[in-house]
Amino acid sequence: MFTSKSARAAHPKRTRAAAITAGAAISALLLSGCVQSQREEDGGAGANGDVDSTFVFAASSDPASLDPAFASDGESFRVSRQIFEGLVGVEPGTADPAPLLAESWETSEDGLSYTFALKEGVTFHDGTDFNAEAVCFNFDRWYNFTGLAQAPSVSYYYNNLFRGFADSPDAAVYESCEVNGDLEATVTLAKPFAGFIPALSLPAFAMQSPTALQEFNADEIGGSSEAPQLSEYAQGHPVGTGPFKFDSWNVGEDLTVSAYEEYWGEQGDVQQVIFRIISDPQARTQALQAGTIDGFDLVSPADIPTLEEEGFMIVPRDPFTILYLGINHKVEELSDPLVREAIHHAIDKQALIDQTLPAGTQLATQFIPEVVDGYNEDVTTYEYDPDRARELLAEAGYPDGFELQFNYPTDVSRPYMPTPEQVFTNISAQLGEVGITVTPAPDVWTPDYLDRIQGTENHGIHLLGWTGDYNDTDNFIGVFFGQEKPEFGFDNPELFGALSEARGMTDREEQTALYEDINEQIAQFNPAIPLAHPAPSLAFVERVESYPASPVNDEVFNLIELSE
Amino acid sequence: MLRVIGKRLALLIPTLFGLSVLLFLWVRSLPGGPATALLGERATPEAVARVNELYGFDEPILLQYFTYMGKLLQGDFGTSIITGRPVLEEFATRFPATIELSIVALIFAIGVGIPLGYMAARHYGRFVDHGSVVLSLIGITIPVFFLAFILKYLFAIQWPILPPDGRQNPRIDATHVTDFYVLDGILTGEYDAAWDAFLHLILPGLALGTIPLAIIVRITRASVLEVQNADYVRTARAKGLMEKTIRGRFILRNAMLPVVTTIGLQTGLLISGAVLTETVFAFNGIGSFLRDAIFELDYPVLQGFIIFIAILYALINLIVDVSYTIIDPRVRVQ
Repeated sequence: MFTSKSARAAHPKRTRAAAITAGAAISALLLSGCVQSQREEDGGAGANGDVDSTFVFAASSDPASLDPAFASDGESFRVSRQIFEGLVGVEPGTADPAPLLAESWETSEDGLSYTFALKEGVTFHDGTDFNAEAVCFNFDRWYNFTGLAQAPSVSYYYNNLFRGFADSPDAAVYESCEVNGDLEATVTLAKPFAGFIPALSLPAFAMQSPTALQEFNADEIGGSSEAPQLSEYAQGHPVGTGPFKFDSWNVGEDLTVSAYEEYWGEQGDVQQVIFRIISDPQARTQALQAGTIDGFDLVSPADIPTLEEEGFMIVPRDPFTILYLGINHKVEELSDPLVREAIHHAIDKQALIDQTLPAGTQLATQFIPEVVDGYNEDVTTYEYDPDRARELLAEAGYPDGFELQFNYPTDVSRPYMPTPEQVFTNISAQLGEVGITVTPAPDVWTPDYLDRIQGTENHGIHLLGWTGDYNDTDNFIGVFFGQEKPEFGFDNPELFGALSEARGMTDREEQTALYEDINEQIAQFNPAIPLAHPAPSLAFVERVESYPASPVNDEVFNLIELSE
Repeated sequence: MLRVIGKRLALLIPTLFGLSVLLFLWVRSLPGGPATALLGERATPEAVARVNELYGFDEPILLQYFTYMGKLLQGDFGTSIITGRPVLEEFATRFPATIELSIVALIFAIGVGIPLGYMAARHYGRFVDHGSVVLSLIGITIPVFFLAFILKYLFAIQWPILPPDGRQNPRIDATHVTDFYVLDGILTGEYDAAWDAFLHLILPGLALGTIPLAIIVRITRASVLEVQNADYVRTARAKGLMEKTIRGRFILRNAMLPVVTTIGLQTGLLISGAVLTETVFAFNGIGSFLRDAIFELDYPVLQGFIIFIAILYALINLIVDVSYTIIDPRVRVQ
């Protein structure tokens, strides 16, 4: 087939081709400098003419879904918040609910019916009107999910907060929605749910265009029962009322949204947002330094001083997090309240914060941050006092201390725990001071660590925490201490009962009082040790004048101010 | 020859079958499962159980295997648990990036490696020779991710002459036809987009190409050294053949056999290097996707990927064998 002649002839060509390639690579290296600077010059005819209105933000992953009702991860919600709005939003800079698409609401006396007065003149990106029909369409849609859409991994927040669907009405919190007029709708609940209004500020309950949901088969999510697949809607046709409309999604690469011209509110400096997907945290920092992105979230505390020195703007969020030292009550020593108290006294939280956590971190005395309802100013605290700790240990029958397994995750960074290894080292040393020797038990975060802590009894003390979803006390302490769990391994019916009662209360004031009381109960029982409320930070290039940082990540990019 | 190729392809079937069994057992013997990755840190044991039931992970492993293979034989690689998109579709969107990157790395490795190795052998014991030996030693010993990191730091951050990450400047509004960005730019006439995509390939391409480059230099050098002292070369010289002919037809061509083998093997290995390189350069190809799949134990993606790579590897080996017969007609593919 091939003659030896042709093979022979091919050879000198190959050397020549190699030389050409090498030459091209070198000239590319030289030329690229010019091209780069050229690009910088022509980037940016903005909305008001003097700023580059394209804003590039690094996301750590693709959104899991463009349909927020079927999402629960931060990156999906970040994108959702640009495209969608809910009936309820949050007061800027806080976690408190505030009117958004609903201008106001009234609650019936039994606390079961909520009548929403809707904002006028709002349209969806497909040109259809936002009205009471659309509100009820969305509520009914969630309630009537069937099959795979009901899976907790798919409609996570609806499952967690509204508990049941149309085919299981006994468990359901939602009952019905009624259109009272073009701009008024009444939602009726089957059982009291004090967190109803704040919950509606979650992107999972944002208002979506009924027309688009139907046209692009938003509820058709499963090709097979083995693995749910995104609907056509969730892959590329999200339609909301927000300041930005969806443009394109290059999976693995970037996602683009651009200003919606008919938006009812202020449009701002940013006309186009590109979410670039950069999964490696180090690569995100470097992209900022190299100027290929305008900002990113969850800056590693270790990088903050350098970035600040280089002139980048660091924006800390108000802490809406809790980092705690978990205690497994199934371990004999740890089931003794005196030992738990001793451990609490042995830990110098302020030193821990100064040495391992980012600036802006607040010391924790309880398991909810200060801005959450039910925060108790007068809660019992345990000052750092190693002598007292040693006394308590002796009293508990361990004058020489004891050995203890200490579980911590490796190679992971969470908003509430940027550097677990450092926290582990710090606390280990402190416990060593009072005679408690720890055996390190590191695991990779997922699935090993989480499985071991949450699914087995095989752990001692451990590091874990939480970032709140919205302003709801139950979303913190209810999640931790609402029922018996392998993580803590204690049974405290009194506490479980109080938390369950508080969750069902309709009167916010009564509920707040009860939560304050529960926080005191927890402080006395010492089921685990609250350490800190770390403040997650964002970093931006110099041209970003201000960024609407929110403790619950409710950050809409039309509020970003740019200088150039 | 065609029959031989056919036979080799047929042999792939039992190989892949054996591999799939091993792989299936191995992936599932990893501790934990994808459920916690999917449900997050507050997953209740009941929710984990529900997810495992939903995906069939609670069924006997043999049953899981046959279900999987049944679908695989129909060309269905399953759906990624993490992204919810079909595995094949995920591969299809990400492979072009990795192939593009691998091509640049290979061109660099071959284009620089063979001439350098040849020169080293020609100037045996002289400066060029020592220099190339030291360089290739460094190339082999430096870990890929470290080199990638250094290259990026120097040429994208310290002296920003090349882009530090990604496949293309997101501000460029490029049309994508084939998902090979350079090719796309040329096809659509958007030459600035093609150029931009090319610039994005240089640093990761250099990082990824360095190990194969170093190996190719060494093999070429050794092989040329051996061949240039062979009897038939001496005979050819004695007969008074032109030096150019001797070098081209006798030395280089005969010396190429082991080099071609090496290139083939290195091509297969590029994919594993890509996992690290792509992560450092935020280059969204199959490598960075695989990294995430490993972290989140995305079974269908891991399984599909390894089977895919096995097929690729087998095909590359076949190509290497066939190219032997072209370079040296004495060698027959059997």
